[in-house]
Amino acid sequence: MEGRSGNGGVELVRLRDVSKSYRTPSGVSHLVLESVNLWLREGEIVAILGRSGSGKSTLLRIACGLVAPDRGEVLYRGEPVTGPVTRMAMVFQSFALFPWLTVLGNVEMGLEARGVPEQERRRRALAAIDMIGLDGFESAYPKELSSGMRQRVGITRALVVEPDVLLMDEAFSGLDVLTAETLRADLLDLWTEGRMPTRGILMVSHSIEEVVSMADRVLVLSGEPARVGAEVRIPLRHPRDVEAPEFKVLVEELYQVLTRRTRESVAQRSPLAIRLPTAPINQLLGLLDAIGTEEKGRVDLPVLAEEMGLEVDDLFPLLEVLELLGFVKVEKGDAEITPEGRAWLDADILERKAIFADHLTRGVPLAGHIRRVLDGRPGNRAHEDRFLAELEKHLSEDEARRVLDAVIEWGRYAELFAYDDASGMLSLENPVAPNAAPDE
Amino acid sequence: MRPRLQPNRWDLVTIPLVLGLLGALAWGMRQMTVPFQPGDTFHLSLDPWHLPEYALRTVLRMAGGLVMSFVFTFTYGALAAKSARAERILVPALDVLQSVPILGFLAITVTGFMAMFPGNLLGVEMASMFAIFTSQAWNMAFSFYQSLKMVPRDLTQAANLFGLSPWQRFWRLEVPFSIPGLVWNTMMSVSGGWFFVVASEAIAVGTTQVNLPGIGSYVAEAIAQRDLAAIGYALLAMLVVILAYDQVLFRPLVAWSQKFKFEMVTEEDEAGSWLLDWMRRTRLGQQAFGAAGRIVRRALFRPATPPLMRRGLLPRRLSPRVGRVFVVLVAGVGLAGTWVLYSFTVAHLGWGEVGYCLWLGFLTLVRVAVLIAIASVIWIPIGVHVGLRPRLASRVQPLAQFLAAFPANLFFPIAVLAIQRWDLSPEVFTAPLMVLGTQWYVLFNVVAGASALPGDLKEVARSMGLRRALAWKRLYLPALLPYLTTGWITASGGTWNASIVAEVVSWGETHLVATGLGSYIARYTEEGDLHRVVLGIVVMSLYVVTVERLVWRRLGALAENRFRLD
Repeated sequence: MEGRSGNGGVELVRLRDVSKSYRTPSGVSHLVLESVNLWLREGEIVAILGRSGSGKSTLLRIACGLVAPDRGEVLYRGEPVTGPVTRMAMVFQSFALFPWLTVLGNVEMGLEARGVPEQERRRRALAAIDMIGLDGFESAYPKELSSGMRQRVGITRALVVEPDVLLMDEAFSGLDVLTAETLRADLLDLWTEGRMPTRGILMVSHSIEEVVSMADRVLVLSGEPARVGAEVRIPLRHPRDVEAPEFKVLVEELYQVLTRRTRESVAQRSPLAIRLPTAPINQLLGLLDAIGTEEKGRVDLPVLAEEMGLEVDDLFPLLEVLELLGFVKVEKGDAEITPEGRAWLDADILERKAIFADHLTRGVPLAGHIRRVLDGRPGNRAHEDRFLAELEKHLSEDEARRVLDAVIEWGRYAELFAYDDASGMLSLENPVAPNAAPDE
Repeated sequence: MRPRLQPNRWDLVTIPLVLGLLGALAWGMRQMTVPFQPGDTFHLSLDPWHLPEYALRTVLRMAGGLVMSFVFTFTYGALAAKSARAERILVPALDVLQSVPILGFLAITVTGFMAMFPGNLLGVEMASMFAIFTSQAWNMAFSFYQSLKMVPRDLTQAANLFGLSPWQRFWRLEVPFSIPGLVWNTMMSVSGGWFFVVASEAIAVGTTQVNLPGIGSYVAEAIAQRDLAAIGYALLAMLVVILAYDQVLFRPLVAWSQKFKFEMVTEEDEAGSWLLDWMRRTRLGQQAFGAAGRIVRRALFRPATPPLMRRGLLPRRLSPRVGRVFVVLVAGVGLAGTWVLYSFTVAHLGWGEVGYCLWLGFLTLVRVAVLIAIASVIWIPIGVHVGLRPRLASRVQPLAQFLAAFPANLFFPIAVLAIQRWDLSPEVFTAPLMVLGTQWYVLFNVVAGASALPGDLKEVARSMGLRRALAWKRLYLPALLPYLTTGWITASGGTWNASIVAEVVSWGETHLVATGLGSYIARYTEEGDLHRVVLGIVVMSLYVVTVERLVWRRLGALAENRFRLD
C-alpha cells in the first residue's frame, strides 16, 4: 500500500533534545537520556533498539506524555505534549491487562473511558476482537488465556480506540519464539494491508531479529546517558525473509553497531561505577566454552546467539564481562577467545578460582577496591552499605544494589572476600589470599 | 435478548427473605435513635425470646463499626499512599494506633459522642460503634495503603493513556486491585471485633453504667443475676450470629473477590459460596446485580474529579520552605499533644503513679508472655500434626478460625465458677482467660504453615532418616517461623487487649481481680477516673509498641529473610 512505506509523510511524533534524569538516593541527579532526537512520520514503523536499562522504555513513555522530560520538547502532530496523549495507545511487555475484567471488558475499557455509548462500544469492541482473531474468548478472563492470547488482547485493546500512533514496549519479549513470530506476522499483515487506522508505529525492542523483521528505520540507543547512537534503514519489503542474505547483512550490521557502542559506554564512566552486568559464573564458563570450541576459537555473534539460543539481552552482558576479564575479544561482530580465556577454561576447579581472582581484581576496579578496603581495615571487615553509598553517587538505588551483588558473587567465587547475607558484612574471614594480590 | 422480568422459582423464596431482612434492619436502626438522657437505664430481660432482638442490635452495631472502618480506610489509606508527605506521618501513626488498647477508648469517647447527639441514644450507640471501629480499622487501612502502593506501574500507565481521570483510576484500577487484601483483612477484623462488640455494650458514663441492648449486655445481666441458663442461650445466639455473618456476608464476599486477584494462574480450588450462587440464579439477583453495576459504573465514570483527587491539591513537590513549615507544624502538634498528655496524667497524679503503672504493666507483660509460650507449646505440635494431613487440616482450619472469632468473654463466668469452686488464686487462674480467644491464631497459623511445607522437603527429611528432634530443629521450626511470627503478633496484640476485661471477672457479687495494668484500667473506668484511665492506656501502648519493635519486628525480619520458603 502506498504511503505506508514512504518518507516525507506528515510528522506524527517529534522529540527534540529530550533529556531525562533521576535522583540517586544520595541526592545526585543522574542523567539517563541526553539530547535525544527522534521523529516518526506517517506510514513508518520506527524501532528503538537498545540494551535493557538503556532508557528506551522511558523514551517511549516520554513520547506519549506519560512521563515528562526534564529538558527538550515533545510534539505530537506539531502540538506540544503536556499530558498523556489519548490518541496514542501502548502495548506492554507485561500485557498490563485488568485481571478482573473479561477479554471484552478489557477491550471496552478504553472506549468506556472516552464516553463511547454502550451499544457502539460493544459493536466496535467485537469488531476489533474479530479482527485480531480473539472471537470465542470474549467472556474469558485473562488468567484463563495463554500468554500469546493475552498479548492479542493487549493489541486489540490498543487498536480498538483507533490510535493515531501505536506504541509497542517490548511487546513480544514475554512470549515464546513461535508465538512471537505469529503475532508479529499478524500485526504486520494488518499494517501492510492498511486494515488498521493507525498512521505510525513506534516500537522498543532489544531483539535485533525483531526490529529487522518489522521496522523501516532502527535507532540504536547507546551510551550512558543514552543517546541515539546510530540510525539504520531497513529498506526491505514486507513480508521479509529471515533467511535472505540482505536480511542477514542487516542483522550483522546491527550487531556490530551494538557491540561498538558497548565498549564506548564502559570507557566513559568513573571506574568504580561501571554498570556491571549481572553474569553468573556458570554462564560465563558455558559461553566461553562455546566460543572456545568453535573453529580457531572465533565465532560470528548472530551465529553464537542462535546456537546458544540467547537473545541479545542475555548474550551481551556475558560477553561484556568476559571482555572485562580479558577472556574474550569482541571485534566487528565476532567474538574470539584469548589465551588467558583458554587457560581459565582448561584449568581445574581450584586453578580456575585463582585465575579468575587475578583477572577480576585487574579487570573490575570495584572488586579490587573492595579487597583493598578490607585489607586496610583492622579486623578486615566492612559493611556493604559503605560500598553501596559509594555506588549510589553514580547509580540508582536498585542499580547500585544489583552491581554490588554481581561483584560480591564473583568475589566470593574467586575467594577474594567473604560475605554474610544476613548481616551484610564483607570480610576476609574464610578466603585464602589470591595468588596475585593487588599490589597498589 | 430482552431481560425477562418475571420471577423464577428461586425468587419465590428470595423475595420474602430480602424484604424481611430489610424490615428488620429498618426496625433495628429506628431503635438506635430513641430519646435518651444520661442516667436512663434499659431494662434487659433474660427471657431467651428477646435474644433475636438483642442479636440484631449487636449485629447492627458491628455493621456500623464496619461502615466507619471503610470510610476511614478509603480516606486514610488513599491519603497515605498518594502523598509522600502525609505518608511519613500517617503510616507510623497507624502503627501506634494499632497498639492502643481499644477498650480503654470507650470511657474517653463516650462523653464526646453524647454531646454530639444530646438527648438521643445515638450518642452512646456511636461510642460503642467507635470502639468496634478502633478494633477494626487499622489493619484494613494498612492493607489498603499497601495495595495502593503495589499497583503495577504498567496498569497505571495503561489507565492514564486511556485518559482515565485520577477519580476513575481510583475506582476502576486501584480499588479493584486492593479488594482481595481488603476483604481478607475485613474478615479478620470482624472476627476480632466480636470480642469488642460484646465488651463495649456496657459503657461507663461518668459513674453510671449504660447497658445497650445486645448480646453483651444480656450476658452482663446474666452475670449480675447469676443465671447460668441465660449464659447458655447467649452462647447459642452468638454462635448463630457468627455463622450467619460468615455465610451471608463473608463467604459470598470472598468468593466474589477471587476475580480481583492479581495473578495470572487459576487456582485449583477456588472458594465458593452457596449464597452467591443462589443470588446469581434468581432473577431478582441478576437484575439487582446488573442494575447496581450500571449505576456504579455510570457514577464512577463521570469525568468529574472530586477535589481531593485533583492534581493541584496534593502537589508532588512543595518548595523546601513549605516543607520546613510542615515539619515545624507536625513537630508542634506532637509537642502540644505530649504536653496535654503530661498535664492530664503526670501533673495530676505524680511520677509515683507512673512507676506504679509501669510495674503493673510488667506484671501483665509477664502474664502475656507466659501464656503465649504455653499456648505455643500446646498448639505447635498439634498444629503440625494437623497441617501435615491435608484432609484433617481442611476440617480443623475453619474450626480454628471460628473459635478465634467467638468472643471468649462469654465464657468468663464459667471460669469464675471454677476458680471459686476450687478456691484457686485469681492472680494466676484468671490469666488463661486472656489467651482464651487469642490462642487460636497460633493454631491456625501453624496449621497453615505446616500445610504449605513443600512435599520434597518432607521427602528429603525422610530419606535422610532425620529423627524426630532433628527434623523439628532443621525442618519444622525453621519452616514454620514466618507463619508462627504472624500468629504470635496477632495473638499477643489480642491478649494485651483482653487483659482489660480478663483481669477483672465477676459472677453476681463475686469479683475476682488479678493485679495488673488491665485491671487497673478496668477499675478506674468503672470509677470514672479519666486521668488514671488515660495513664493506664498510655503505659499499655508503650509496652505494646516496645515489644513490637524489640521482639516481633526483628523476629519478622529474620523469618522473612532466612526462613521464607517461596
